[in-house]
Formats: sequence, C-alpha cells, structure tokens
Amino acid sequence: MASVTLTVNGKTITRDIDPRTLLVEFLREHMRLTGTHVGCDTTQCGCCTVHVDGKALKSCTLLAVAVDGSTIMTIEGLAKGEDLHPMQAAFREYHGLQCGFCTPGMIMSAVDMVRRKGTDLDDKTIREELEGNICRCTGYHNIVKAIHYGAEAMGKAGTAAE
Amino acid sequence: MSGTGIGARVQRKEDFRFITGKGQYTDDVNCYGQAHAVFLRSPHAHADIVSIKLDAARDMAGVVDIFTGDDLAADKIGGLICGWMIHSKDGSPMKAGAHPALAQGKVRYVGDHVAVVIAETQAQARDAMEKIEVDYKVLSPVVSMADAVRAGAPVLHDVAPHNIVYNWSLGDEAAADAAFATAAHVTKLDIINNRLVPNAMEPRAAVGDYNSGSGGFTLYTTSQNPHVARLVLSAFIGIAPEHKLRVIAPDVGGGFGSKIFIYAEETVCVWAAKKVGRPVKWVADRTEAFLSDAHGRDHVTHAEMALDASGKILGLRVKTRANLGAYLSTFSSCVPTYLYAPLLSGQYDIPAIYAEVDGIYTNTAPVDAYRGAGRPEATFVIERMVEVAAREMKQDPAEFRRRNFVRNFPHQTPVIMCYDAGDYDASMTKALEMADYKNIGARKAASAKKGLLRGVGFSAYIEACGIAPSAAVGSLGAGVGLWESAEVRVNPVGTVEILTGSHSHGQGHETTFAQLVSERLGISIDNVAIIHGDTDKVQMGMGTYGSRSGAVGMSALSKALDKIETKAKKVAGFVLEASPDDIEFKDGKFSVRGTDKEIDFASVALQAYIAHKFNGQELEPGLKESAFWDPTNFTFPAGVHICEVEIDPATGVTRIDRWTAVDDFGNVINPMIVEGQVHGGIAQGVGQALLEGAVYDANGQLVTASYMDYAMPRADDLPSYDVGMTQTACPSNPLGIKGCGEAGAIAAPPAVMNAITDALGHEEIAMPATPLAVWRAAQRLAPRAAAE
Ligand code: FES
Ligand code: FES
Repeated sequence: MASVTLTVNGKTITRDIDPRTLLVEFLREHMRLTGTHVGCDTTQCGCCTVHVDGKALKSCTLLAVAVDGSTIMTIEGLAKGEDLHPMQAAFREYHGLQCGFCTPGMIMSAVDMVRRKGTDLDDKTIREELEGNICRCTGYHNIVKAIHYGAEAMGKAGTAAE
Repeated sequence: MSGTGIGARVQRKEDFRFITGKGQYTDDVNCYGQAHAVFLRSPHAHADIVSIKLDAARDMAGVVDIFTGDDLAADKIGGLICGWMIHSKDGSPMKAGAHPALAQGKVRYVGDHVAVVIAETQAQARDAMEKIEVDYKVLSPVVSMADAVRAGAPVLHDVAPHNIVYNWSLGDEAAADAAFATAAHVTKLDIINNRLVPNAMEPRAAVGDYNSGSGGFTLYTTSQNPHVARLVLSAFIGIAPEHKLRVIAPDVGGGFGSKIFIYAEETVCVWAAKKVGRPVKWVADRTEAFLSDAHGRDHVTHAEMALDASGKILGLRVKTRANLGAYLSTFSSCVPTYLYAPLLSGQYDIPAIYAEVDGIYTNTAPVDAYRGAGRPEATFVIERMVEVAAREMKQDPAEFRRRNFVRNFPHQTPVIMCYDAGDYDASMTKALEMADYKNIGARKAASAKKGLLRGVGFSAYIEACGIAPSAAVGSLGAGVGLWESAEVRVNPVGTVEILTGSHSHGQGHETTFAQLVSERLGISIDNVAIIHGDTDKVQMGMGTYGSRSGAVGMSALSKALDKIETKAKKVAGFVLEASPDDIEFKDGKFSVRGTDKEIDFASVALQAYIAHKFNGQELEPGLKESAFWDPTNFTFPAGVHICEVEIDPATGVTRIDRWTAVDDFGNVINPMIVEGQVHGGIAQGVGQALLEGAVYDANGQLVTASYMDYAMPRADDLPSYDVGMTQTACPSNPLGIKGCGEAGAIAAPPAVMNAITDALGHEEIAMPATPLAVWRAAQRLAPRAAAE
C-alpha cells in the first residue's frame, strides 16, 4: 500500500492505495467521480483527460502515486453549481456532443487549449490541438465550433487565465 | 406553439448531465458487494481445447470463482443465437454452428471466450487469469474468405461444409441475363468493402445482480435494445423468465449497431451473479472491444452493369462474398442479404437486377450490423459502378445519374423495395449548386498549378430505414416483429412522462421525443420526461437501430398522443358541459367550438384524475395511453453527397477540401440534431474510405487491436461539412419522418473513392485509401500522364 494525497476539485484527501492504482481509478473508484471516462486505457482517446496542476493530462496511464501532492480538476469541478463554465455552455449551445462519453475529456482538453493558445482559436488550430481526443459520434464539426465560441466566451468572461 | 415543437432547433435536455460529468453509464454503476469479472480469451484463431487447469488460478488472492463452458452447460444455459433465418437459393436453411457463451472444446477466433475469472478486484481477476493453464491443440485457421472456401480448407463448424453458411440470391437471373444480352456497353468492377471495427467510445460493459429473496435478476448493460436483450437472455439462453429478469441500459456511450447484439459477456455476468451470490461487473478494455465487438462490412464483390448506347442502365448483376466471422452474431445473417441486395437499385430505375450472396465462416470475430448495415455496402457497389460507367461512357457523372433517376413514385424495384416518395433531381440540383460544381474545372486547374491532383466524387445514395413492417420482415426470415411501443402518462399537474421502447445512445431522444409532445400538447419540453432503457419501467419495445426511432418510435408516440387527445376531449366535454365532438384542442387549450368556453391541458389532466365531473361508468379516471406502431413500409431517405479532394502525389496524402451533403429525411423534428447525425455519419464513412480497416494476419491475429494500429478519424483528418436538406414527406408514417441516423455513413465512402479515383484517373484503389496506397496509385499515374 502507498499513501497518496491529492486535492481534487478543491477537496484534499489522503488514501492508502495499491501502488498500481491509476489516477483515473483513484478518481472513479475511490472518489466516485465517474465523469472522467476510460475509452482506451492507452493514452490515445482522451476520454480520461483531467487537469493536473492546471495542465491537461490523460489519467488512464498515470499512476496516482506519480502525482502525489498535486491539485486535480475533473469535469465535476468545472461548473460553479448550476453556473456552467463557458466551455461547457458552448458544447451544449453548439451541439458539441451526442452520446456524451468523450465530452468530459473534450471539454477539459478545450479549456487547456485556451490556456495555451488563447481565446481566438481558428479551426485549423483547434483540429490540430484535438489530435489526442477521439469522438466517434459528432464528426468533430460541432466540437470545433463549440471550442471556437467557448474560447471566445472564456475571453469575455475572463476565465482564460484560471 | 411553445417554441419547442416540431422543427425547432432546441438545445438538448440531456446535455446538462453529460457536460457536468453526471452521465450514468454502465461502468458508473456499482452494486454493493460487487465482484469483478475478467474473460480469458483465446490467443489462437482456431484450436481444440485439450484441457483447462484452474487450480493455480483458484489459489490466487481475491479469487471468488472461475467458470468455463462446462459450468454453463451444466446449468443448461443455451448458446448465443442468430435471430434471422436465411434460406439458400436451393431452399435449404442457413447452416448455423453452435455459439456457446464460453467455449466448449474448441475456439474459433482470437478473442473467443474460454473462461471467466471473478475476483474481488479487476486487477486480482487479471492476475489470476494469467495462471489458468489451457492446453490447446492448434488447428490451421481460415482467415480470408478465399481461404475458407478453398477445397480441403479446415472447417469451423461441422454443420457448415466448406464454411458456407448460405448461398442466397435475390432477383430474376434470366431477366438480368437478357438485359446484358442487349447491352451496348458493360461496366465491370471488383469491389472490396473493408472490414471495420465500430468503436463506440464507451466500451461494452455489464453488471449482473441476483436477488435471492425475489429470485429476480437485474442486468445493467450497454445495449441499444434492452427488451430484445431480455427476450433473448430469457427465451433462448435460459437465464430466467422475462418477469424475473430486468435489463437496464442506462446512458450508453454510442452504439452504431455494435450494442444491438447479445454477447457472451453480459450473458455470463448475469448468470454468474447467482452462482457466486454477488453482483458481477465486467468492463471491456479497448483491445477486448477490438477483438470481440461484432465487426462491420467485409464484402468482396464482382459487379456488372449493362447499359444502352445512351447511358441508360438496363441491368445489374452482383456477386458478393460476405464474411460472417467465426459465429453468427444476433442479426448477422440479414445484413449482407436483406439489408443489402434490396438496396442495389440505388436511386435508379433499373429494370433487371440479380444478386447472389455467399455468407462465409472464417476464424475472425463475428461480423454484424455497423452503422448502415448492408446499405453502405450496397451503396458503395451501385455508386462506384455508376461513376465508373459514366466515365467509361464519357458522360458527366451528375448528368449520367439524372438520366437514370427514378422519377415516378411509388416505384417498385426488381429487388423487393417499393420506394414511396422522393425527388432525386431536387437533391442533385441543390447539391451541385452548394458544391459550386460548375467551377470544378477551374479548381482542378488551380490545384494542378500547385502540383496537386483535385478530384470530385458523387454519391447519390438511398437507404431503407424505419425498420420495419413486421409481417414483411417475418416473411423474409426475421425472428421478431419490428414495431415500436410508446406510453404517455399525463400526471395530475399536467406534466408528462413518455415511456418509449426506443433507446437513445447519442441521438437526443430526450429532446426530440419531448418536442413532439410539446407540439401536440402545447406544453413546454421542460414538463416532459422521456423514460427509456429499463424493462421494468417500459413495456416491451424493440430498441434503436436502422434509423428507426423517429419513423417508428415517434410514430408509436404520435399514436399514443392521439389517444390522449381523444380521452382528454371527453374529460373536457364533461367539464365544459359539451359533447366531445364539439371540443377543439389547439395550443394546449380545449374549447367548445363557437364559444369562449375553454380549459387548459393541465386543468383537464387534473379533472381526469380527480374525476369529479364524470362517473366511472361514463369514463375511466386517469390520463394514460399506450400504443404500438407497426410500420406500413420501410422509409427511403435519400440524398446526394459531393466530396472534393486534393491529393499530394508526392506524399499520397488526401485532403478533403469540400463536403456537400443534401439529404431528404422527410420531416425533421430538430434540425440541429439531424445535422449532427449527418456529420457523425460522414465522419465514419470518411474513416472507412481513408483510414480504417481491421487487419488479420495469416494466423488470424488481429493486427489492428488498439488505437495505435487502427486509425480512427480524428479532428484534423476531417473537414467541416456543408449540410443542406430537401424535403419530400414520407407517406408511410403519421409524422412524415424518414430517418437520418445512418445516411452519412452510407453516402460517404463512395463519394470519397469516386473523388480519389477522379483525381488519379484510374479505378484500382481499395479502401482505406491510405497515403501509401494513394502514393502508389499516383506513381502508376505518373508515367501514363507523361505518355499522354
Ligand atoms: S482512456 Fe485515457 S486516453 Fe483513452
Ligand atoms: S459524443 Fe459520443 S464519442 Fe463524442
């Protein structure tokens, strides 16, 4: 057993875990935060994307012990109660999701994309930056649109630097 | 109208939970005390199992129990079934080998199920699985269809000599031959429809639970049709009678056909829950999904088209071999037969068609319906043939198609289908305009200046959706009826619950079904709840596939709403002291014709329940109705997609520069959702054409069993799509809906391949047209171009 302390969506918890526990397992099974999904477990699909110390990382191939002491944000931590994050709102407004399985990872990647690339994102940049996220439902058309307008809205709301 | 009715671009009601991470998928379901199942899968494509030693595995930490096929047999758990009987052209029934959920003495594909380990944690189950010792006697596999039918080839199932499941035919062979005898020109083509892996992003999963107090089982599973799953698990596999088996398909993360079928894993989980006295959970990892989800497509076809001197199509002959894999999956047998050959007429008036299809067993994963199911394969054949014929006859591909379009409806094709409505010219005209086809020459020249090859490709597809009239499919061999059910429960306060047998796994039913209710009852969609996916709540239904939820599921809902309206008018009549015949219902208000007496919907609902204004002999209290809708015909969505590609001959990279889609889906409930369905379908079709392909090596190992080896379409592989619509209402259902779920996947592959072959100037290139394949083709082009 190994002891791990993480701050997840603002709450700090310490747990004794099997050292081979992946971060995604820690979130889903120990914290019951099931919004982070597993689509491939080989770092290819991005369904498991969360923010670790502010950066988007794939939690399916990251040991929980490797991020001991980190601050984690999952999809459940993005909205403030009923108040959606601008990127979440944009996904709904522009129909950027169908089955919703890739969506938490898409949104977490998109928020990180804005942090790195700014709030004025053209389609080409968005498509290239989505290289690590697979969606089987939407054909990406509306995801690209949602991220474009979500980024713009983040700029207006001043959430880009968060 | 409340602004949320039919035709409104309403944002989806289901989205809030998905964008906040509160969706409830099967892997998010955890039952108290659950154990975890892991399946030991065959590493060989074909082998006899000599012995299985479990002792070392049983000693591993955390192991609860381990089961093999013998345990299932001892409990009289039946094998998995195929629910559609196909007869060969000699009248003999298809030759279906047994399909045990856990192998019995033999394994037939890599990934076949040998044993299940149940342990406290998934990691412990995996560790224990490593300790199972299986002694295999490896047999030679047959991997390709050509190998499978070769004389002396190893046989997978004794009941199917030469590995042939059926030799099926459709159409009038003599009439087709006669058409060819008079032809001025014959176009011939060999066509391969590549094998695909569906790859819904949510892997399959199951949680089985057993209550020893009630004797009832509950199965949470990733299903597109939980009632069908219950029916099969109950009536054929023998888990429990239907009233003791509850199947719940909660949020499901995409299906595309692959979650229609009843698989080994959920069967074993629900059965094992009673054996071990604990809930049993299984979640596939992605490699398991590649190995054991039913694959799609995989046809080899030779097609010939007879034409007169003007380019009018006289006849079509098609011979197809369809790979069915190692076992017949739930609906596999009908996909390359009745969902395929009846669509070979395309949008064209073809007097004579004859098709033969051989269904073949191979040592590969079972093949079944994948988005479009048979119809993409048919469309690929006819649309490649038409394009090549036009080129051979030096005619413009659009004009060539127009010359042959069906123009009078209803139109009976020579292959079963009777097209009820359509206007193929209208879609073509609109698509040509949107695609700026008249300037394609200039764009080709501009590309050529940059050293690039530009090509344009058409696909004028048709599909048969709204599956399906029960008696009609019954006469073709279906084991079930394909109607749909709906129940409308109006609450005393006027809010409404809809229970539908359709299932949503991305299609947005919680919104579109609510829009229909909003339109009809004049209430906000916020006052409507859509309940689906739970056999204990919803009466028998048939589920979602074949673009049927709008045309069939919503038609059932519409019929139930008719009944609600009739009953509510009676209630209103009592309240307003008028005859129900004099009551009008409009915009959510009941009024007495010619007076100002009126009452709103919510008040009528309350009156129906308090029952003070009428007595029980005159009218039953309450406001709840249900309906079953059995379609009168298939529906026939059709359209024209135009793809424009630019190829770099130096690298072989194909870039899709423009995509124009014009579809006729009949009436549309929510254009935003329909466009989304089109986008997603096109992406899967482009994936098939440019990127995807399941590859088995000579030993039957699946080489493409992860996202590192199987190329999924990603955002930067795809363009944005220009989507337009034309509309002819569908006369075969009360809402005039045709269905939109599969169109993109059906239309896209031939559009891409027609564009690539247009750019390269020759026809021989197979899907997926990877950069290597295109580069090679471009190399062959170079000397020819130089010689010209
Ligand atoms: S689950 Fe982590 S990248 Fe696919
Ligand atoms: S919405 Fe289904 S995978 Fe993206």
